Amino acid sequence: MSSDNHQNGLPSALRRKLLMGMAALPAAALLPKAAFAQAPATSAVNTTGLAVTDTTVRVGILHSVTGTMAISETGSVQAEKLAISQINEMGGVLGRKIEFIQEDGASDWPNFAEKAKKLLVNDKAAAVFGCWTSASRKAVLPVFEQYNGMLYYPTFYEGLEQSKNVIYTGQEATQQILSGIDWVVKEKKAKSFYLLGSDYIWPRTSNKIARKHIEKNSLKVVGEEYFPLGHTQFNSVINKIKLTKPDVIYAIIVGGSNVAFYKQMKAAGIDLSKQTLVTISVTEDEILGIGGENIAGAYACMKYFQSLDNPNNKDFVAAFKKMWGENIVIGDVTQAAYLGPWLWKLTVEKAGSFDIDKVAAASPGIEFGKAPEGYVRIHENHHLWSKTRVGKAKLDGQYEVIYETADLMEPDPFPKGYQ
Amino acid sequence: MRSGNIFLKRNEVVFVVILSALLLVVFPMALDSFRLNLVGKYLTYAFVALGLVLCWGNAGILSLGQGIFFGLGGYGMAMFLKLEASSPEHTAIQSTPGIPDFMDWNQITELPAFWLPFHSLTLTIVAILVVPAVFAWIIGVAMFKRRVGGVYFAIITQAIAAILTILIVGQQGYTGGINGITDLRTLKGWDIRTDFAKEVLYFVNVALLLGCLLLAQFVRRSKYGRILVAIRDKEDRVRFSGYDVSNFKIFIFCFASVLAAIGGAMFTLQVGFMSPSFVGIVPSIEMVIYCAVGGRLSLFGAVYGTLFVNYAKTIFSESFPELWLFAMGALFIGVVMAFPNGLAGLWQAYAQPWFDRIGQRGAPRPISPAPISPTAAPAERRT
Repeated sequence: MSSDNHQNGLPSALRRKLLMGMAALPAAALLPKAAFAQAPATSAVNTTGLAVTDTTVRVGILHSVTGTMAISETGSVQAEKLAISQINEMGGVLGRKIEFIQEDGASDWPNFAEKAKKLLVNDKAAAVFGCWTSASRKAVLPVFEQYNGMLYYPTFYEGLEQSKNVIYTGQEATQQILSGIDWVVKEKKAKSFYLLGSDYIWPRTSNKIARKHIEKNSLKVVGEEYFPLGHTQFNSVINKIKLTKPDVIYAIIVGGSNVAFYKQMKAAGIDLSKQTLVTISVTEDEILGIGGENIAGAYACMKYFQSLDNPNNKDFVAAFKKMWGENIVIGDVTQAAYLGPWLWKLTVEKAGSFDIDKVAAASPGIEFGKAPEGYVRIHENHHLWSKTRVGKAKLDGQYEVIYETADLMEPDPFPKGYQ
Repeated sequence: MRSGNIFLKRNEVVFVVILSALLLVVFPMALDSFRLNLVGKYLTYAFVALGLVLCWGNAGILSLGQGIFFGLGGYGMAMFLKLEASSPEHTAIQSTPGIPDFMDWNQITELPAFWLPFHSLTLTIVAILVVPAVFAWIIGVAMFKRRVGGVYFAIITQAIAAILTILIVGQQGYTGGINGITDLRTLKGWDIRTDFAKEVLYFVNVALLLGCLLLAQFVRRSKYGRILVAIRDKEDRVRFSGYDVSNFKIFIFCFASVLAAIGGAMFTLQVGFMSPSFVGIVPSIEMVIYCAVGGRLSLFGAVYGTLFVNYAKTIFSESFPELWLFAMGALFIGVVMAFPNGLAGLWQAYAQPWFDRIGQRGAPRPISPAPISPTAAPAERRT
C-alpha cells in the first residue's frame, strides 16, 4: 500500500503547477489509467455498501445555495468543487473518480436534516462536505451519527461539540479568540473591551470565552450586547461605545447586519484608524457587502486571509479564480471548505478503505502540508491544529496579514476554565 | 341523497377509502423507509391544511399564523423528548448535568419552571392540546369580539407569528434559540430514530390524520358547519338572525389551532427536532399555499395538496438545487391562476361529473347538481 500512497498522495510542487496550468489536459488523461491499474478491489475498500464502484466514489455537497445563507455558503460550494476537480485530475481517491451529488439546504435547518439523510441513506455518499451555520450542523449531527456518515464542516464555530462522524476543518472558538486577544493586549496596550454580537450560540459562546480570557488578564469588559440576526439599528450601542470609550470594540456581528453596523459607526464619527476594533466574523466575503472604505483599519482574527503570502495559497487563489472568475474573493471559511475533500482523500488513502469507521479512526494525525493556510493536522478530537492570524482591513477589501502565531494552536472544543 | 344525520355522503366514503388505501397500503409498500418518513413529514402539514379548510374555506377566516400553533404543538413534544434525552447520565460532560445542553451553553444552571410539566408524557399531551387552544381562544376573543376580520385578522396573525419567532430566537437559554431543540432520541425509552420506529410513527400519524379528517368532516356537515358558511357569505345577516357570530368564529379558530398543534407534535416525533423556522411567517404562508393548491373548500383536497406541494418541493430541490425555488414559484402562480379552487376544484369540475354519470348508469340515483363552475363554492352547495 505504501507505493499507492506515494502515487496517489500529494504531488510535488512541479506536478501541481503542471496540473493547474494548461498542461493539465494531457496529464489528466494519463493519470487515471495509471491509477486504475493499481486500484484496490472494491470489495476490499468498501465493506459497508457505500456508493463506491471500481471507477468512482460518490460524495455529497450540502450547502445553502438559496435563501439568506446562500451568499455565505456559495464560496464553500465553489471551494469544494475546486478541490474535487483537482483531486480527480490527479487520479481520484484510491484510483476512483469522485462524483458529487449537490443538495440545497435552502437556509432551512430541517431541510438540511432531510437532505443529509437523503445523501446518506439513498445516495450512500462516502463523505459529505457541507453545512455552514451551527444551527444546520446541529440539525444534521443526529442524522450523521445515526446513519454513520462522515461530515466535513468548514465554518469557525463555538466548540462544545465533538463527534466521531464530523471533521471540523474550521477553528473552534478558542483558536480564533485567545491569541487574538493576547495580540491586541500586547500591541495596542488594550485595557478595556466592549463585546458585541449577534444573538445566537456562536457569538454568545465566543464572547463568553473572550470575557473569561480578558478577566483572567485582569482587564475590564465595559459592556456586552447582543442583537437579533438581521438587526440594522446600531445607533444606541454606538452611543454607549462613545460614552464608555473602550480601548477595543470586539465585534461578532454576522451576515447583513454588518453592513449597517460599520456604516453607522463611520457615520457616527468613529474612526477605525484611531479606535481599535477586532472582529472574528468579517471575512473578505462580508467586506464585499460592507465596502472596504467603511471597515478599513479594523482587525480580524482568522486562520486564513486571501492575501496570505505562501506558494500554496498563490496556487490556490490562481486556481480558484480560474475556475470561478477573476473578481471573486476568498474568505476564511472558503479555504476551510477547500480542505475538506483533501483531508478526506488523505484519510481514505491512509485507511486504505472508504468505510466510515476506518476513516474516522484514521483521521487523527492526518497531515496536509499543501493547505493554502499552511501545514495543518487533524487532532484526536477531530478538529484541526492551525495558526491564528490577525489581518488589518484595507480599502480594497483585502486584509493585510500583520501577525501570526509562531506555532499551530491546539483545538480545544471543551476549554476548561472558559465555560 | 340527503345528509341530515349522515356526515359522509356516499362518494365521500369512497374518498376516505381511497385516501386510506393510498396512505396505509400503497405508500408503505411502494416507498422505502426514507421516502416513507418524508411522506410522514408532509402529512403532518396536512393537519394544518385541514384546519385551514375549516377556518378559511368554510368560515372565511384567513389565518396567516398557523405556524404559531404548529410550533406550540411541536415545541411541547420537543420539550418532553429533550428532557428525556438530557438525563444526568447523557449530559455528564456539562457543567450542570441533567438539563438540556443548550441551557448549559447559556449559563442556565436550573431547569426553568415552565419546563417542569414536560417531565410527564400525560401533561405534555394535555399541554399540546390545551396550550394552542387557549392561545387561539385569547387571540379569537381579542379579535372577533371586536369584529376584527378579513385582512386585518390575517395581518395580526402574521404579526403574532413573527413575534413568537423573535421570542423563541431571543430567549435561547430557555428555548434553544435559532438552533431549535435538537438531538431528540427516545420516547419513554423507545428509540424514535430507528427505521422501525419511523414506520410505526408513520402509521400512528396516518391514523390520527384520518381521525382528524373525519372529525373535521363531521364539524362541516353539522348545523354548526352550515352556520359557518352562512357567516362567511353574509356575516351581518347571520348576526341579525340572532347568532353570536364571534363565538362561532372563535370555536373554529381554536379547533383549527388544535389540529395544527397535533401536526406539530407528530412532526417533532418523526423529524427528530423542532426549530423556530416552522413558527414564523414563511412557513405559515406556505401552509396556506398547501391548502390553496389542494383546494380550500375540500378536506381531501387539502391532504392531496399538501402531499403534492411537498413532493414537488423535494423533487425540484433534488434535481435543480440552484433553481428549484423558481420552479416552486411558477407552480404556485400557475395553480392559483388556472385553478382557483385547487386540485379539488379540478376534480369537481371535470372528474366528478364523469364518475357521477358512470354511477348513474350502473345504479340509478337521484340526480346530483350539474357541474359547478370552479368559482362558486361547490362543496357546500352539494349537500
